[in-house]
Amino acid sequence: MAIEVGGKTIETDEEGYLVNLSDWNEEVAKKLAEEEGLEMNDERWEIVNFLRDYYNEYQIAPAVRVLTKAVGKRLGKEKGTSKYLYELFPYGPAKQACKIAGLPKPTGCV
Amino acid sequence: MADFETPELTDEIVVPHIQEGAMEGSGPFIAKPEHQEPLGFPGELVENWQEKAIDKMGELLGKYRSFQVFLDICVKCGACTDKCHYFLSTSDPKNMPVGRQDTLRSVYRRYFTVAGKLFPKLVGARDLTKEVLDEWYNYFHQCSQCRRCSVFCPYGIDTAEISMAAREILDSVGVGQKYCNEIIAKVFKIGNNLGLPEPALRDTLEDLEEEIYEDTGVKVRLPLDEKGADILLITPSADFFAEPHIDGLMGYAKVFHEAGVSWTISSYASEAANFGMFIGSYENMQKVAMRIREAALDLGVKRIVHGECGHAWRVAYSFWNTLAGPWDFLDPNYPVPQHICEFTWDLIQQGKLKFDKSENDHRVVTFHDSCNVARATRMGDKPGGQFEIPRNVIKAVCNNYVDMEEETIRDATYCCGGGGGLLTDDLIELRVKGAMPRMHALNKVMEEDGVTNMAAICAICKSQFTKVLPYYKMPMDMIVSVHQLVSDAIILTGQNEEGGEEAEEEA
Repeated sequence: MAIEVGGKTIETDEEGYLVNLSDWNEEVAKKLAEEEGLEMNDERWEIVNFLRDYYNEYQIAPAVRVLTKAVGKRLGKEKGTSKYLYELFPYGPAKQACKIAGLPKPTGCV
Repeated sequence: MADFETPELTDEIVVPHIQEGAMEGSGPFIAKPEHQEPLGFPGELVENWQEKAIDKMGELLGKYRSFQVFLDICVKCGACTDKCHYFLSTSDPKNMPVGRQDTLRSVYRRYFTVAGKLFPKLVGARDLTKEVLDEWYNYFHQCSQCRRCSVFCPYGIDTAEISMAAREILDSVGVGQKYCNEIIAKVFKIGNNLGLPEPALRDTLEDLEEEIYEDTGVKVRLPLDEKGADILLITPSADFFAEPHIDGLMGYAKVFHEAGVSWTISSYASEAANFGMFIGSYENMQKVAMRIREAALDLGVKRIVHGECGHAWRVAYSFWNTLAGPWDFLDPNYPVPQHICEFTWDLIQQGKLKFDKSENDHRVVTFHDSCNVARATRMGDKPGGQFEIPRNVIKAVCNNYVDMEEETIRDATYCCGGGGGLLTDDLIELRVKGAMPRMHALNKVMEEDGVTNMAAICAICKSQFTKVLPYYKMPMDMIVSVHQLVSDAIILTGQNEEGGEEAEEEA
């Protein structure tokens, strides 16, 4: 599978995750979000950027709890809930937000 | 939402009229060479696959007597036909346990029985063609290896063993399932199913320590790689990542804290799950299990305690001795291995834990027996301990508990719909449908008894329910960890008042 961004073909796996993480840029993120039926706004960018920062440091996406706490600290306690994250990413903050952030899909019993 | 209909929950589960081919398809995503090769399997379908598959079947028949017996003794009595959650929800006759077995039994007859060699048509024997191989791949990935059918089979035929053998044959000719095999390769490379490296694990555990401190004012530790600790906790890596799993992990930590024991998690063996069992590969199952032995020896622990993981408990309880034993370096005064529910229940009986049960008063709780725990293991020293001990723990921390209908719990429990290596998004239709019998029983106690939460002791069950509950218009967070309930009610020594108040506010 593949997506087209700015005339460039970018390879994705069967589930739409980027094959090469280095292909990611903001335009690619917008396209990946569009494929999910989502439009990127400030709130979604906030999460996507946090995921990318965390991934750069730890080579994995953060636990949902780590994410909600970080969001709570940055954006206020009422947003530090998984409910808020599911509103932004209805298919689950871990999987859907990771896809848009260009990160690999979390695997295992999750 | 995906392109299928979620089953309707009716008054009674009706055995459906069969619909041939209702779940025909190409099965879940096939593993790529990079997922296959670390497990010792060919990267893709080998040229002489037919010959190799038949050889492999012969090898397994020689190795596992039970496999051959199960293929020989079925008398087609039909007792199993309406016992599988996937048949009840999909109507596909190849999802009847006997139908599933027959896809492989017919090939066994053709190549390994005299009648099948001479008169194949008369005895329902068929050649192993590519279509048959594809059919195996599809339908043996529609079996969650839950073993409910085997409880009702008068001969005790275990479809799970046949399904494991089928997957082993498929892997040996290069047709593996991406979900399972990618995960096993990750365990070999990083130490857990998630691919969670040590620094991330350490960071997560520190975060949880901080959270418990903020809630309670008590410094509860979640130690990592601490040599000389008495207890090694082996838990599914989902406990470090997903919800409600992580709340269960905090519950174990609080119990260890109040017990006053020294314990540790290992970054090398940061996974209890053992997907080697799902794919029927003894070698891979052993390799995963050996990591735990190595970690235990390296850290010098005296005991191993298992967190809430269904099939891991089966692997440990039933297979560890021959897979990775002897465990004579562990303290014989304690069960080897020990389940966290046994550990907690033991302390409760000794009066060593204090609870404020009213912290769970906003809940009416029921318990989902996880298939591998219920039908393949035991807890404690009495028959049925695997049913009673988790319930006893829940009742010790909750005032409101009710069971679901008897024919859907204990050893007759219905699978969550996502076990046995099927917890992957590419099987979402099967997962949603397969959950129907459990959702049916849950819906009844919600309506009749006001049940608000269902507790479980398996990471797969918890993730599966989180995903499928919304399809049945039930809240995704109604599934909880047993030790989450413990965590919410336990009174830590020196705990401040604030913690209690905060919890009440949430309620």
